[in-house]
Amino acid sequence: MTNKEFIRDDGRKFDEIRPMKAKVGVVDNADGSAMFQFGKTIAIAAVYGPKKMHPQHAQNPKKGTLRCAYNMLSFSVEDRIRPGPSRRSTEISKITQWALEPVLMIDQFPNQVIDVHINILQASASTRCAGINAAIMALAHAGIPMKNIVSSISVGKIDKQLVVDVNKYEDSIFDEGEGATDIPFTFTGDGKISHLQLDGKISPEQFKEALELAKNGAKKIYEVQKKALKESLGEK
Amino acid sequence: MTNERKLVIPGEVIVTGNDYLPGEGTEKREKEIVAIKYGLAEESNRLIKVIPLSGVYQARRGNVVIGEVENITFNGWIINIGTADNAFLSLTEVPRYVNKDGLDEVMDIGDMVVAKIWGINKRGIDVSIKSRGLGKLESGMIIKINSNKVPRVIGKEGSMISLIKDETNCQITVGQNGLIWIEGKKIEDELLAKKAIMFVSENSFISGLTEELKKWFGGGEKIK
Amino acid sequence: MDKVQTTPNINKERIKQYLTEGKRFDGRKPDEFREITIETGVSKNAEGSAKVKIGKTEVIVGIKMNASTPYADSSAEGTMMVTAELLPLSSPRYEAGPPRFNSIELARVIDRAIRESKFIKFDKLCIKEGEKVWTVFIDIYSLNDDGNLLDAAGIGALVALKNAKIPKYNEEEGKVLFGEHTDKNLPLSEDIPISITYHKIGDNFIVDPTREEEDVSETRLTIGSMDGIISSMQKGETKVLSVEELNTILDKVHNSWKNVFSKIEKHLK
Repeated sequence: MTNKEFIRDDGRKFDEIRPMKAKVGVVDNADGSAMFQFGKTIAIAAVYGPKKMHPQHAQNPKKGTLRCAYNMLSFSVEDRIRPGPSRRSTEISKITQWALEPVLMIDQFPNQVIDVHINILQASASTRCAGINAAIMALAHAGIPMKNIVSSISVGKIDKQLVVDVNKYEDSIFDEGEGATDIPFTFTGDGKISHLQLDGKISPEQFKEALELAKNGAKKIYEVQKKALKESLGEK
Repeated sequence: MTNERKLVIPGEVIVTGNDYLPGEGTEKREKEIVAIKYGLAEESNRLIKVIPLSGVYQARRGNVVIGEVENITFNGWIINIGTADNAFLSLTEVPRYVNKDGLDEVMDIGDMVVAKIWGINKRGIDVSIKSRGLGKLESGMIIKINSNKVPRVIGKEGSMISLIKDETNCQITVGQNGLIWIEGKKIEDELLAKKAIMFVSENSFISGLTEELKKWFGGGEKIK
Repeated sequence: MDKVQTTPNINKERIKQYLTEGKRFDGRKPDEFREITIETGVSKNAEGSAKVKIGKTEVIVGIKMNASTPYADSSAEGTMMVTAELLPLSSPRYEAGPPRFNSIELARVIDRAIRESKFIKFDKLCIKEGEKVWTVFIDIYSLNDDGNLLDAAGIGALVALKNAKIPKYNEEEGKVLFGEHTDKNLPLSEDIPISITYHKIGDNFIVDPTREEEDVSETRLTIGSMDGIISSMQKGETKVLSVEELNTILDKVHNSWKNVFSKIEKHLK
């Protein structure tokens, strides 16, 4: 069960998120853009659109299409990855779209597409969460109407201990006891879940605990996103 | 809610209570009026609106816009005004007789045109060049700013743009879609007009911007 | 910005007219670069990295290294590979998908500028002759394209290489310890090979074009040189250059190099 006194390998408490940074307006050419950082994980997102969907057969006359592309720079990780898409990035791109779309009011853009490009400049676990956090800020910046913003966070279970915002050690190195479990969540501003994945082992009871931790963590992320959006327009 | 304009993010409650009506960029949820867009919330006559400060141009009826001829059809021109759907200029919306075989002689692909939006419907956006000040741009230069900054560049009753025209001796047409046409007699004049517009666009949050621009012109090199 | 992304014809005309008087849209002189700002160590998992901004154009370059088998004909020399991606994030003109010609050309031009100038001392990147040598990966990504990605990428590659530390290597296991670095810099030459691209617009030549100016450019010539010695060239686009024009460019090379070098010098120490 969760030990509230637990101190992690990087000195954090179990429910402590790494230092966060967020900024709006990082890509001049884009219609909307943002950066989101959890410790050493840095994601940037740029939005282009809404614009006409080409080719025509891909158009949806009922609502707009959200198209997400998640991509890690080759040198963002210790062991270089080949540039270009992979099976992993293809899946995360789709997961990202699913995480974002429930809050977007894209029914008013029939036959149009909104492109969201996410690039991971530096990776140290929780990159999809950082990407989603940057993407929703970029979408807001692009003037896309939405019910709420979303906030994404991972909860980990290392051996029996729950922790929020998994770092690289907790994600891919730790292998004692029950091993490492990684659970990325995305919450809408009104507390619903738009994205959930899990890798590892956990009981339903402990999962409920993890969910509570994630919910509280997402609130902190929401505040960082909100502050960055408000500061970008010079509000004192 | 006070008269003060407040920056809001989507999902943020702007006001509570049944005294208010939800306007553009907002919606009513139970008793609350909530922002569905990122921008400045403002109230006038109990109507709450959110005015976006970023993002793409939203076409509106009556807007004067600048666009590029993208294609020619048998009865008019397809104009790219920066919206997802192109605008259509019918040959009946041109203030003179046009021979159906000679559309490209009036305006060819790649030409720039100042036009007014008179209709927006499911089929698309219809524009006209029948009024004064509209039509093909033969020379000069186009610059682009974010369309949300256009009201600042024009200023109250056109005060800002008049100041820029007077100080630079340039002819300027501001398209609501963020495209701005400038033509002066000298290169220096055009460059000064361009810099002045960029100054306003980049400093659009400063209050008393007209005074700041006057100082900017006066100070000559005091460029940010 | 949104869909209006082509350069209007009247602007193309105006750019040409201005240049006949030696003027540009942003007030620069024909041989003047925009402001260059450089940040190093921007991606901590890379052996070296740099973000270069020229005006509103921005690129990020990262260096990774790995141990590999040397080529048979140079069994004691390290190797190098340059890739470039024009990210769809960086311009409404770029689309996702396999690399297009522009990104391939960009990588190849930068590759030659570095390789032919012998900027990297490959003979010092041998781990065990005939068996293991270091491979240096130079990966270039555009973050915002407002013209002249080529020169920005070249500067980014130089600075990232200068910024790089060689990873630790376990000789017994013959494995690179990724994520752990020695305090050793890459073996690099003192001479700095800078690529500068000259664009012909009408009868005039400019350096460091904005995107709008690139749209009017009829032909271009990239010259990689170091302090007066040329080591790579690439002429791009379909229009021809006269011998006189080429001579005019050659006369500019040394000054352009000095000009850019003075702006980036402090990041190359």
